[in-house]
Parts: sequence; structure tokens; C-alpha cells
Amino acid sequence: MSSLLIAEHNNNEVKPFTLNAITAASQIDPDLHVLVLGHNSETVVKSISEIPNVKKVIHVDNEIYKNYIAENFTSAVIKHAESYSHIICSANTFGKNLMPRIAALLDISQVSDIIKVISADTFLRPIYAGNAFATVKSNDAKKCITIRPTSFEPAETSGGSAEIVKGDAGEPSNHTKFIKKEEIKSDRPELGTARIVISGGRGMQSGENFKLIQDVADKLNAAIGASRAAVDAGYITNDHQVGQTGKVVVPDLYIAVGISGAIQHLAGMKESKIIVAINKDGEAPIFSVADYGLEADLFDALPKFLAELNKLNTIQK
Amino acid sequence: MKILVAVKRVIDYNVQVRVKEDNTGVVTDNVKMSTNPPDDNAVEEAVKIKESGKAKEIVAITVGEEKAQETVRKALAVGADRGIHVKVDGVIEPLAVSKILQKIVDKEKPDLVFMGKQAIDDDCNQTGQMLAALLNWPQATFASKIEVKDKTLEVTREVDEGLETIEVNVPAIITCDLRLNEPRYASLPNIMKAKKKTIEQINASDLGIDTKPRIDQIKVEEPPKRKAGIKVANVEELVQKLKNEAKVI
Repeated sequence: MSSLLIAEHNNNEVKPFTLNAITAASQIDPDLHVLVLGHNSETVVKSISEIPNVKKVIHVDNEIYKNYIAENFTSAVIKHAESYSHIICSANTFGKNLMPRIAALLDISQVSDIIKVISADTFLRPIYAGNAFATVKSNDAKKCITIRPTSFEPAETSGGSAEIVKGDAGEPSNHTKFIKKEEIKSDRPELGTARIVISGGRGMQSGENFKLIQDVADKLNAAIGASRAAVDAGYITNDHQVGQTGKVVVPDLYIAVGISGAIQHLAGMKESKIIVAINKDGEAPIFSVADYGLEADLFDALPKFLAELNKLNTIQK
Repeated sequence: MKILVAVKRVIDYNVQVRVKEDNTGVVTDNVKMSTNPPDDNAVEEAVKIKESGKAKEIVAITVGEEKAQETVRKALAVGADRGIHVKVDGVIEPLAVSKILQKIVDKEKPDLVFMGKQAIDDDCNQTGQMLAALLNWPQATFASKIEVKDKTLEVTREVDEGLETIEVNVPAIITCDLRLNEPRYASLPNIMKAKKKTIEQINASDLGIDTKPRIDQIKVEEPPKRKAGIKVANVEELVQKLKNEAKVI
């Protein structure tokens, strides 16, 4: 049997986490098919067909897929699910919203947010905000799996030439209506895939003070993150939240500024390769996961940090 | 309108979770338990809607062992009118929970079902979406703002790229984000009053639902430990370490 992965895209481009999910999916089953539900999304279909790991692309073009509505996506996936052993997508807000709806209709107990493929039915997944790792084996004949994108490398995007076939649309739902999406546009790298992330917490004291973080982020070409406390306090928008219920990031360098290190924040960043903590409270739990801790007032340390970076001849991009 | 709110009892979010030595799970004996945090937001939102006059009754429900009732009692103390406890011992997966909730919805006929977007123990993030599928109702997950209109809800959802707004017809399932509202504390008089409210007990087996897990938990382990880091004396040392030792900038 083959696996079916549901692509996330905006009818123009494939979303990066789909590439990570493709890597995991092809470890589960090399005969990987990708379902693209979209409207006027030919460029998406073409780019997915060029991914070497993808063996077949099923393209369903219909107006009802202009915006992403989980109800509409579900009925199409169910239509195509029969001949597949695994239904797979990324465990971001796209896949989290979608996959359980599919799984319930197929009477499958879903395996969420896997970080490692052990075999076609056995997976590793974090529980309790990453404070424990569970090895789980699914006994359902067909499996619904979501992939933690940051635990897998993105798939190669060129060199393949998968077959493209047209597929049927599902029934549209008339109970859900898309109204709008407020995307926060930024010239910075995306938080989920950035090589360097600098995050601010409650210690920033105000939204204006995030300017200090922005200046360093500009210098390092870093994405900007935040703790839940900073988002709750209104210093910064929700799309920046790193943590158990926000985004999980695994950058080469994570700089936590004025973040105490609550369990739920650590869940979103403690797999980062190098962690720096800047905090004036030497007892803050963030120091227990930091490779380099600087016990200092951030309002003093951040400008100095920027000044030191400016002295360097080169900074890696 | 009538609102059903589902709550789950989990290890308190402030507790440092420890893995059992025999790798069969995590330590729960003598550990503080509480309502799953976003479920508190779900209860709060239901109570606010009732206070605004747009809902008449709030029914709080939990599925789990005997002590899970505590979470329903807490919901009653902040404003739910009555409770339901569906008793199940042992591990129960989101699919089985959603089937149980479906049975209760068939009986109670609520207009809305609220619950937290994710439980902080198994981190599955499935039950609300599964229930919506089984009922063939619309779903609005990760809600950070809810506006109740006549026969619809306008819901702002927290998504990766920012915020998305959708409109769902009633009846609907809403899963709540932590930023939806600020859950209130129960006052002592209300805690006393809640003791007089009824909690109906139902055995899951009487609902005819097979709750046997479909997933084997083979083992539970500690995540790999990070090796201890160092404290640097000043910003200059930090930048030098990042440049020359870690080689990340």
C-alpha cells in the first residue's frame, strides 16, 4: 500500500512544513502520494511533482478549496483515503485542525505529533510538553499520523518528476464560512524554520521594548519569538509564541531574553542546538537548559550585545 | 442556547512531570492534579455567554476515573448549572472520548460544545475535531475570540500565520485557546453552592462504547538531557563563545 500526504499551500506555494512532513512520510512508506486540494493551484502541483520523494500527485481543483476549511478538506480526503495505509500531514495549526476530523470518520485513533519513525506502525512522540517521550504502536489497520515538522529535515525540492493525476472533489460544507485571514507580513525568516531565533518574555516590560530584540534580530537575520507571558501581556502578536501550545522551534541558536523558562515555554525551544539565556534572575529555570547564560539586566545587555555584534567582521547568514 | 463544556483532569501545569522508573508512564501518585488549562477558558467563555443572556444553561462534562469529578465540581463553582461524569478507568484515547461525547450530545442536545484546544498531558489535540466530525457539525478550533450572533458564531482562530476569522452555523464545536479570556476564580460562597448542584454519573460501558485503546504505549522515557551549560561573565564573552566555540554566528 501507499501513503497519502495532504499538502498545505496557499494556492501559490507549498508551505515549508509540508516538506518536512514529506521527509517523515517517505520514511514510513517510500511510495508516497501527495494530495493537493486547491483552486488555481497549478504552480503548487508542479513544484510538488518535482520533489524526488513524491511518487504521485493527486490534484483536486475546485473553488471550494480557495480557502482552507477543514470540513471541506475532510470530505475530499475521505474520498481518496481508501487505497492508502497511512494518511499523513504536518502537526502545525493546519494539520492539527484537519487530521482528527479525518481520523474520526475513518474510525482511526490518530497518532499526533510524531518526532521519529521507528517502523510503519511504531512512532516516537513527545507527551507532557516534551517532558517525556512515548514510543507508541498503532493497531488500527489504516493510520492517521501528524508529523512534528521541526523534527525532520525538509525534503529536496528538485530533480523529481512525479506523475500528476486529477482527483475528485468532496462535498462542500455550508455550515462554515471563511471570512478573513490576517497574516502578519514580515521580511524576517519564518519563526518555524529560522536558523536563529531571538525571543522576548515578560521581562521586556512593553511592546515598545521589543525594538531592542528587533535590532538584534535584524543584525543576525533572526526570527522573533516570544513567551506566552509576553503575548498574553499584548507586547507582541500570537504568531510569535514559542511553546507547548505555540510553535516548536529547533534553530541552531535560540536567544531567550527576559524569559523565566516556564515548562510550557521550554517545550517549544529546548531542542534548539545552542541556547542563550539573558535574565537578571540568576535562579530562573531558563538557565538550566542554556548553553550560555548571562545574568544581566536585558536593557543593559541587549544594546551591548548589538554593539559587540557590530564589531564582528562577518556574521553567518 | 444550551452549552456543553468538556473538561479534563490532568497533572497540574506547574508540576515537573517525572517518568516512572519502569518506563510504563509518568508518576501520578501524590501529584497535584487540576483542570486542563484551556478547558478553564472553555468554561469561562460559556459562563460569559450565559451572563450576556445568550445562553440559558451550561452543562459541564468530564470523562475519566472517579476523581475526574473534581473538574466538573470546579466548573459548577464558576457558573456551570449541572454536571455529568462519564466514568472510565484506565487509559482512554481521544477517539473514544469523542464517541462518548457524541452520545451525550445526542441526549442533551446542546447548541454549542466548548472544550480546550489541547490537553497538556497527552498533547493530542484531537477530541474537539473528532467530535465535530462524528456529529457532522462545523468546528472552530484554537478560538481566541468568539462573537455570538443569531444562529451563527464568528470565531477568530489562532493559526500559524496570525489570525483567521470564520463563521460557523450553530450547532458547532469550539476548541478554546488560552488567550480567549481570563478564567475567574470560584468564590467561597459559589464553591459551597456548587456542592448542591447535581453531577449525573454514567458508566461508559452503559453507553455501548468500546473504550479499549487502539494504540499501545510501548514505553515512556525521559527525553535526552541537555548537557549543563556555563554562565558567561559579560556580553563580550558571550559573543566570543557564540562566534568561536559554538560557531553559530
